[in-house]
Amino acid sequence: MANALGLDVKPVTEYTAEEVERVKNWINSKEYKEKNFARQALVINPAHACQPLGAQLVAHGFEGTLPFVHGSQGCASYYRSTLNRHFREPAPAVSDAMTEDGAVFGGQANLHEGLENAYTLYKPKMIAVFTSCMPEVIGDDLTAFIKNAKNKGIVPADFPILYANTPSFNGTHIHGYDSMLVSILQTLTEGKKIEGRCTGKLNLIPGCDFNTGDYREYKRIFKEFGIAVTVLADISETFDSPCDGTYSVYAGGTKLDEAADSINGKATITLGPYATPKTFSWIKDNYAGEHASLSMPIGIVKTDALLMKVAELFGKEVPAALKAERGRAVDAMTDAQQYMHDKKFAVYGDPDYLTGYVSFLLEMGARPYHILCSRGTKKVEKELQSLLDASAYGKGCKIYMNKDLWHLRSLLLTDPVAAVIGDTHGKFAARDAGIPLFRFGFPVFDRVNLHRSPIIGYQGVINMVTAICNKFLDIKDETCEDRFFEMMR
Amino acid sequence: MAEKKLRQIAIYGKGGIGKSTTTQNTVAGLAYLGKKVMIVGCDPKADSTRLILHAKEQNTVMDLVREKGTVEDLELEDVMKVGYGDVKCVESGGPEPGVGCAGRGVITAINFLEEEGAYTEDLDFVFYDVLGDVVCGGFAMPIREGKAEEIYIVCSGEMMAMYAANNIAKGILKYASSGKVRLAGLICNARKTDKEFELVSALAAKLGTQMIHFVPRDNQVQRAEMRRMTVIEYSPEHPQAQEYRNLAEKILNNKMLVVPTPLEMEELEDLLMEFGIMEAEDETVVGKAEKAA
Repeated sequence: MANALGLDVKPVTEYTAEEVERVKNWINSKEYKEKNFARQALVINPAHACQPLGAQLVAHGFEGTLPFVHGSQGCASYYRSTLNRHFREPAPAVSDAMTEDGAVFGGQANLHEGLENAYTLYKPKMIAVFTSCMPEVIGDDLTAFIKNAKNKGIVPADFPILYANTPSFNGTHIHGYDSMLVSILQTLTEGKKIEGRCTGKLNLIPGCDFNTGDYREYKRIFKEFGIAVTVLADISETFDSPCDGTYSVYAGGTKLDEAADSINGKATITLGPYATPKTFSWIKDNYAGEHASLSMPIGIVKTDALLMKVAELFGKEVPAALKAERGRAVDAMTDAQQYMHDKKFAVYGDPDYLTGYVSFLLEMGARPYHILCSRGTKKVEKELQSLLDASAYGKGCKIYMNKDLWHLRSLLLTDPVAAVIGDTHGKFAARDAGIPLFRFGFPVFDRVNLHRSPIIGYQGVINMVTAICNKFLDIKDETCEDRFFEMMR
Repeated sequence: MAEKKLRQIAIYGKGGIGKSTTTQNTVAGLAYLGKKVMIVGCDPKADSTRLILHAKEQNTVMDLVREKGTVEDLELEDVMKVGYGDVKCVESGGPEPGVGCAGRGVITAINFLEEEGAYTEDLDFVFYDVLGDVVCGGFAMPIREGKAEEIYIVCSGEMMAMYAANNIAKGILKYASSGKVRLAGLICNARKTDKEFELVSALAAKLGTQMIHFVPRDNQVQRAEMRRMTVIEYSPEHPQAQEYRNLAEKILNNKMLVVPTPLEMEELEDLLMEFGIMEAEDETVVGKAEKAA
């Protein structure tokens, strides 16, 4: 029986075991890979989430801030449960539950009723509104809706409500992160710039980072430096709050007055050049002090770059404690070098993570052999290529832009590597290829506490080296013949 | 150098009333006066720039999005063309009639222009030529906060055109209450109906605005259109070209920006009756065919 495409189709039950086996082997072949890479009309298992997820993460990073989804309830559930599964913490957010009538008449009534309820019930200090697809398609004008809400007295005129347009059919979670962050900063800092004032502080934008350990690590590093830091936006307490029998809807976040005063900071650094370009360009035009955009500090070189920049901006020496830490990280790398040297890796994830992974692997003498980005610009590709070109280990490594994890599977099966670095979504491909997956990215649904283990800074280097090399050694111990089962490795 | 303020203007009006023709001729008039202008066509029919570009059709933003599959791969120079008087032209375009969402197309196109830096500092004016009826949120995009603050409605003395103008004024009122958008005037594109000048002036007064110009009907407009040109370019000496230059001049100097006071249906009918366009209501004939009455 032929279908509309002229292909023979029959019920699943009519396929013989041999036929199933044949197809199972065929999808591992080079021939199938060619077909897979010629695929255009379909994306299978993309390595990114949608804009509102990033927007909600930022909102959680500010004191007393209630994330508010203008749009469908089911969408709101998705953002919440994704954050909830990754952090294993609640991700409290509200939705104004737009339905059929909202799609026809516009969502203003939903938004107003939602704001009234949320303001009364959850007593936030700020509400951060972001959108699901539906209001974006029908063209809801949130500036007007929010102004009308204030004019009608639904919320007080001076209560901070801001919004970000986050259509899911465009960009990824990092774009939503950027839009929401710049919107929050614009709102909080309005009229707060004081000529001549300098807080003496460093404003640090970690970028779209879902690892609470990274935030704590940044704070520790700058404490060593003796530099006061304002993290924009700080999710570390929100998603890693102590289990002490009490529950708070707003468990953490950057203090609103501190964030407002950040416009008078001594310097602002973003560590998410690809996750916060809009925010950074607005900051350059509006914030006092110096501004710098650096790579996410994964690996020695990129961590060095951050510390040297901070030393330069604040006129301070890099503290001895951090220098010693660097030495220990280099020692850890040297001790482990033989287990990673010349090993091929596949890496995928957000652009800021990718530049970090690639830089780190090259430092270890490993080869970031398949580099896959499911949504990225030519600029990302160029930066990744220049990292590869600068190292002997980059030779033969290839970048795959705007490809998905089903493409990755074909790569792993036809041109094998030793391991994959990514997030939980790559576990199927890694399993089929029979290689380990290191979950340094977002989201991680199937392992515990990884978000507490930093991957940035010198400590991050030690953590990654330890995880990777010990896994390789575990595999060796589990699979080697008895005569090679050694006491020492 | 004195700081120039970019004026963003949206043109609305009933379908077929001559918005695109009036817009392009007026823009040509402004260009003639040395002003830098950009036209953003916000109509899936994409005919807002053909007289400036002498082109049958322009590559629209949505055409290229359809081709490339994503707006992210688009470059500004792919969609922005320069025509008569250095006028920059962009068409949002949209889906085929009956499918998809044209309103979202307008949103996507305007977001794209903003992100790609199309609103350069040298511009004096941006004109949005918008689909006849503001049918959904997408077609109101040009009058959102931070975009067009001045709206002109093109109308005529025909009953349905005035009805549409009043409806558009209702839409503007909604946006004016929360933002800076204001009604700047009615442009009468004459159809040679009875007492047209007086009627449109009266409607303008009721709406709290002005009839900024009465553009007489002249076949020269059609003759120019056959060559895909504005009258100003086709025959600069023709009296009709002077009419458009006058309109451009008036817009240039217009300071009358108001929150409109739209009429109730009854008031509008009273107005039409006052000018003898409609007869006094006789309930006995309503719904009766001509022969039966």
